[in-house]
Amino acid sequence: MLYLHSFEIMKILVPISNVPDTTSKISFTDNDTRFNGQGITWIVNPYDEWYALVRALELKESGKADKVTIIHVGLSDSEPTIRKGLALGADDAVRINAESSDSLYVAYQIADYAKNNSYELILTGKESIQYNGSAVGSMIAALLDYPFLSQASFLDLNGTTLTLHVETEGGIKVVEGQAPAVVSCAKGMAEQRIPNMRGIMAARTKPLQTLDPKPFRQNVKVRNFGLNPGRSECKLFTEDQLDKLVEALHKEAKVI
Amino acid sequence: MGADNFQYHDYYLVDELLTEEHKQIREMVRAWVKKEVSPIVEEACQKAEFPRQWIKGLAEIGAFGPYIPQEYGGAGLDQISYGIIMQELERGDSGLRSTASVQSSLVMYPIYTFGSEEQKRKYLPRLAKGEIIGCFGLTEPDYGSNPAGMITRFTDKGDHVVLNGAKMWISNAPIADIAVVWAKDDHGEIRGLIVERGMEGFTTPETHGKWSLRASATGELVFDNVKVPKENIFPNIKGLKGPLSCLNSARYGIAWGAIGAALDCYDSALRYSKERIQFGKPIAAFQLTQKKLAEMITEITKAQVLTWRLGVLKNENRATPAQISMAKRNNVHMALTIAREARQIHGGMGITGEYPIMRHMMNLESVITYEGTHDIHLLITGLDITGINAFS
Ligand SMILES: Cc1cc2nc3c(=O)[nH]c(=O)nc-3n(C[C@H](O)[C@H](O)[C@H](O)COP(=O)(O)OP(=O)(O)OC[C@H]3O[C@@H](n4cnc5c(N)ncnc54)[C@H](O)[C@@H]3O)c2cc1C
Repeated sequence: MLYLHSFEIMKILVPISNVPDTTSKISFTDNDTRFNGQGITWIVNPYDEWYALVRALELKESGKADKVTIIHVGLSDSEPTIRKGLALGADDAVRINAESSDSLYVAYQIADYAKNNSYELILTGKESIQYNGSAVGSMIAALLDYPFLSQASFLDLNGTTLTLHVETEGGIKVVEGQAPAVVSCAKGMAEQRIPNMRGIMAARTKPLQTLDPKPFRQNVKVRNFGLNPGRSECKLFTEDQLDKLVEALHKEAKVI
Repeated sequence: MGADNFQYHDYYLVDELLTEEHKQIREMVRAWVKKEVSPIVEEACQKAEFPRQWIKGLAEIGAFGPYIPQEYGGAGLDQISYGIIMQELERGDSGLRSTASVQSSLVMYPIYTFGSEEQKRKYLPRLAKGEIIGCFGLTEPDYGSNPAGMITRFTDKGDHVVLNGAKMWISNAPIADIAVVWAKDDHGEIRGLIVERGMEGFTTPETHGKWSLRASATGELVFDNVKVPKENIFPNIKGLKGPLSCLNSARYGIAWGAIGAALDCYDSALRYSKERIQFGKPIAAFQLTQKKLAEMITEITKAQVLTWRLGVLKNENRATPAQISMAKRNNVHMALTIAREARQIHGGMGITGEYPIMRHMMNLESVITYEGTHDIHLLITGLDITGINAFS
């Protein structure tokens, strides 16, 4: 009867990743093995921030949750990003001091912290915009033996009962679940918030704890990076050139 | 206006001289401008209306009195933070920045610096929250560059004074709840007093027909035997030094703000020139366009470094009025030149509201005139380096 006990306090854990701003110019160094961070603005992964964190804060503000903690696995250079999350309104933050591009390693660190500190609800973004792996959330759920509710565009909480909407092709699925759980959050769950000056000032003094990682194997690492070849030139046809269009689709694009 | 795709440009990595908090503040203000300002600023300017909903937002992002101590409702930030906020606001619109400049440097600053403890407690927290809006009355119909000649005056009547005269070109006047007014007393000395809306004989007719700063309300202040309680007079200042020290703070903010307008024009011109094809090539491929763009980013970069240094001096309380004049004059002229060049790069599109260029260009015509004209600042530098007054 794992899911039937009632929680006295509902604590939400929001894992955030530190990603380059969407408008960044992407380049690599060290023989294409490292991302070139020179001149890059780092932001909280938008899915983590706009949907997971903001919805967690809304649940807290409406009295349905008691505490919102941010967790990040990364080195100290991501602290400004963590402070951004605190400026938005999270109560405190934890940074696991490790660098890793291995999703399972990251998930293990987060799951371990969640278990030892009894977080009943973990809200992740549906993916991170730098690697687009969508892996960490489900791995955390598996490691904790929590249900994983994926790609929710709506989330409500009543006691420990979760109601979610999941968009399907042309429709919507309404799902009910019980905390503890891991939910991955997609567009629509909340609206982007802009931190205000009070938030930024309060973030200066909110607790940001640094913990050493728990030993765990790292099986995956990035060998090297490459850029997309980019889109080739666009061809335009006028209305009376239908035959030419068909020919191009057949011979050049080879799609029909 | 089309979508606001603005991207920041930092050619000399000046960001490395800023703190994380500075950058956080900049992002916050930029996000607010993109969300709340850019989508409606064009229409507001076309209709010549100040969108009042901006007041609450400006207060929340800390744009009203950022460097006023927290004790009085400000954010207690440094001067570089103040500059950064002004830069991001003016990136959106100079009129928006004017509203925040006036509230912060021309209303909250003098109340904080020259006001009595009661005046500070009474007005500052409400100004910081945007519950009340202030304006600053120095310029008169016959005394602009030469404010010492002002004729607005008040006479002592025991427990109150009676104020007569008129101020012109006053930003925020039509929407203001209070006005910081500079006027001469019975001894011909310039004093500052706080006049409240609702005092009998005090009116604020709006100035219509502007082709510049159309999203900022401008008006007159007319005083017809206005009875002002004596406790509304600033106890701690006499002479032109009062208003001039306010202008120093505002001009410092304008030096930063102008960079914002310049960046917006440059950013738009850079993007447009890479997308617009003529003679089979993007217009960015022509040397004449590249010259324009290269000179723009060079001038912006110089201004960024100059202004950052001025900010450090201001934080250390070492920035001289002449140094501030140099930065205001240089940066506003730089921005106006860039706006004009950027407008050419946009071709015909440059005159439409699809792009922010023409609006910035028109706005900057006010910015180069108010808070000391371009030439007056030159004379300030001239006086500073030669020791000879060429004003009169
Ligand atoms: C949109 C807008 C908003 C404003 N907001 C405010 C406000 O909130 N509060 C406020 O008090 N004022 C405000 N002003 C007024 C502004 O500060 C004045 O317009 C400015 O100081 C110039 O004064 P003036 O217009 O009387 O021009 P003038 O002083 O008449 O100057 C006209 C020209 O003569 C030149 N000139 C003058 N004297 C000399 C000299 N000795 N040597 C060489 N050249 C000289 C000037 O450089 C200028 O080119 C605002 C103005 C505008 C346009």
